[in-house]
Amino acid sequence: MTPSRTQLFLAYLRIGLTGFGGVNAWARQLLVEKKGWLTDQQYAEALGVGQVLPGPNALNCAINVGTRFHGAAGAALAAIGLFAGPMAVLLGVASLYDRYGQIPLVRAVLTGIAAAAAGMVLGTAIKMAIKLRPTAMLLATGLLALLLALLRVPLPLVLLGLAPLGIWAAHRTAR
Amino acid sequence: MILQLFLTFSLLSLLAIGGANAVLPEMYRQIVEIRGWIEPATFAQLFALAQAAPGPNILAASVMGWRIAGPVGLGAATLGMLLPAAILAWCVAGVTQRLSRAPWLRPAQFGLVPVAIGLIAASGVIMAEAAGTGPLPWVIILGSALFVWRTAFSPLWALAAGGVLGWFLL
Repeated sequence: MTPSRTQLFLAYLRIGLTGFGGVNAWARQLLVEKKGWLTDQQYAEALGVGQVLPGPNALNCAINVGTRFHGAAGAALAAIGLFAGPMAVLLGVASLYDRYGQIPLVRAVLTGIAAAAAGMVLGTAIKMAIKLRPTAMLLATGLLALLLALLRVPLPLVLLGLAPLGIWAAHRTAR
Repeated sequence: MILQLFLTFSLLSLLAIGGANAVLPEMYRQIVEIRGWIEPATFAQLFALAQAAPGPNILAASVMGWRIAGPVGLGAATLGMLLPAAILAWCVAGVTQRLSRAPWLRPAQFGLVPVAIGLIAASGVIMAEAAGTGPLPWVIILGSALFVWRTAFSPLWALAAGGVLGWFLL
């Protein structure tokens, strides 16, 4: 079933606004399970390619799905839909921050939230690392990425050095 | 400066393999350490706001742009972050099926994961350094990390708890 342009835009608007903490799970549920526009296989293909391409995965995936149904116009509609809603919310939050960010109580709350967000990122990394059950080579690749980033090595160099290493390690594991 | 902002985020866009959090150390290096556009603590707070709001986490880039240069900065950062990647994704969309069966795709997908996790861990450390301005923030950081790691509840609870603790104790 092919969605109309409006349907496509509205679907992505909804995905953007509901997607707390990363949107891919929400996108799959809506596009595959609720709407039936894509099969599981098709969605997995779009996401898989999106994950290897540079750029935000959710955006790559939206462009891919949009193009499939309505070419360049579909890509633009899906991308704009995905970002329009959250952007509006964030604009509101940012202007509140500009106006009230210096008030001591607000600063205290924000400091608490910032600390929690830092912990959340750490916890996510630990969780992902354990779930991956890496081989020694993959673990070394990950630790090296951590170390190089903390030493402030420019990211292009880190990726140039470690992406081939990781892919080689994954290739060896697969065999 | 607006052009510089756009170019900085365009480069980040093409380096963002493994999501927004993986590109955060480089974003921090560029806009806090090299350019000095934003203070470390402000960077941590804006990132936290973007996490707490709905939608793709990459919108952290947009709030940074807003903070640096107002609405024009927001536009420059957002377009910079999205446009290069979007154009690339659009060019590749036509060959998705063929690509998804390429023999190198699975190793590439799988091999990039540890790199992304390492970079996300680095984001966490850098954000913790920026947000850990005293003993209580460090308690919140550790508590939140444990909560997200050991439980399956939504991480938004940790953010809310952090805000409440900050309200009463800081």
